[in-house]
Amino acid sequence: MNIIEAAGLGKRYGSTWALRECTLAIPDGHVAALVGPNGAGKTTLLNLAVGLTAPTAGVVAVLGGTRPGSPDALDGIAFVAQDAPVYANLSVADMLHLTRNLNRHFDQGYAKARLGELGIPLTRKAGKLSGGQQAQLALTLALGRRPRLLLLDEPMASLDPLARHDFMATVMTAMADDGVSVVLSSHVLTELERVADYLVLLSGGSVQVAGEVDDLLASHRVLTGPAAEAGRYAERLGVVHARRGGAQAHLLVRTNGSTDPVPPGWESHPVSLEELTLAYLREPGAASLPGPARAERTEVSR
Amino acid sequence: MSIGKGIRDGRHGGGEGGGLPEAGARGPASPIEFRLDPASGVPTYLQLVQQVEHALRLGYLKPGDQLPKVRDVVASLAINPNTVLKAYRELETKGLTAGRPGQGTFIEATLSQVALPELAGLRRSLLGWLATADVAGLDEDGIVALFTSVLRDFHERSGGLRGAAGGDTEGVA
Repeated sequence: MNIIEAAGLGKRYGSTWALRECTLAIPDGHVAALVGPNGAGKTTLLNLAVGLTAPTAGVVAVLGGTRPGSPDALDGIAFVAQDAPVYANLSVADMLHLTRNLNRHFDQGYAKARLGELGIPLTRKAGKLSGGQQAQLALTLALGRRPRLLLLDEPMASLDPLARHDFMATVMTAMADDGVSVVLSSHVLTELERVADYLVLLSGGSVQVAGEVDDLLASHRVLTGPAAEAGRYAERLGVVHARRGGAQAHLLVRTNGSTDPVPPGWESHPVSLEELTLAYLREPGAASLPGPARAERTEVSR
Repeated sequence: MSIGKGIRDGRHGGGEGGGLPEAGARGPASPIEFRLDPASGVPTYLQLVQQVEHALRLGYLKPGDQLPKVRDVVASLAINPNTVLKAYRELETKGLTAGRPGQGTFIEATLSQVALPELAGLRRSLLGWLATADVAGLDEDGIVALFTSVLRDFHERSGGLRGAAGGDTEGVA
């Protein structure tokens, strides 16, 4: 099942396309990282999946063919917006009460137990909590809805390293316990490198790379060798990005899973997720959309 | 049942694992605890696999021991459960562990070629040799280079460590 599926999806604000010709299929059971520079369309894509905004073009479906914003989709999806917003003047208990009454399902026992474990007092005003606690409160309210899909927009941007770790530990434990699928956006890849097993790289409003992290890493290599020969191999090897010095060149190439075509006199190194992402971001013309991103299945119930 | 409980177990049970007697007293805890080195460049799942193999070689883990529960690893390291599952699958494929439904993953085989007391003896004699090398004026890089080179010679001469290991290592110990 695909947790988010889009075909030709586009969103225009005025004369600017925030998202354009977006076709992707994120499988369930993953932690999918939505990565890209500021203004790449990450938040727009998340808002479309939640149903907060309607597409200008194309279609998007969630939870295996459900229309965003429909009652089933609303029940199954929890969304924590950028900076984990809470009502600053409400107490934590009031936030719980509010969330419980605004949703068809809410696991009050779970939420209270979690807040207790975190040492967040129910009587405290939400605005008086630390940044880390506010984020944990927003996350607890989201998880208390027992969603099948958790969407997080730049969830850790304002958190210190310890709060970041604890926040992510909570998300990952929910995944281990209840099989929640997670999609989170960030412009800082390093904070996602340890958790993400699916990558969607957005750039300038389009999907540039999509796929399982393991597959992406296995299908790319860095070749290091004499700069004089770089041009000759560049045509043959599917080079994503090349860095040339006077004598030596590094080519980040796509190997397409076949046996490594290492030319004689060249060294082949595995590539890190960060290196791969940066290479694609520097070459907006290059794209890697294997497997699921090209999935034909788009049964959208409207 | 609650997630919070898991986090507490993971973190606190984690800190003092290490096969200490107390660890047994708090119930079925694993003798080992995972750690991650983000700078190593080794994929996370592989780090977990290597740490289990390392613990098996050094005798920290033996057949029948339980590996940390997936949710505890996830809670203490804040990593993707799929990553832990992948590591445990790999260990199972290697025949080192087996999953018991509803209980967890347990050690099936061993990698340690010698028992713990013998290992301690080998360690002592190596320490003695290191002291000699130090007195002779070798620095750490020099020691590593010498050891690696001698190991390679030994390996080539004997046609594989395994075959010759019995006689020679006993001699050293």
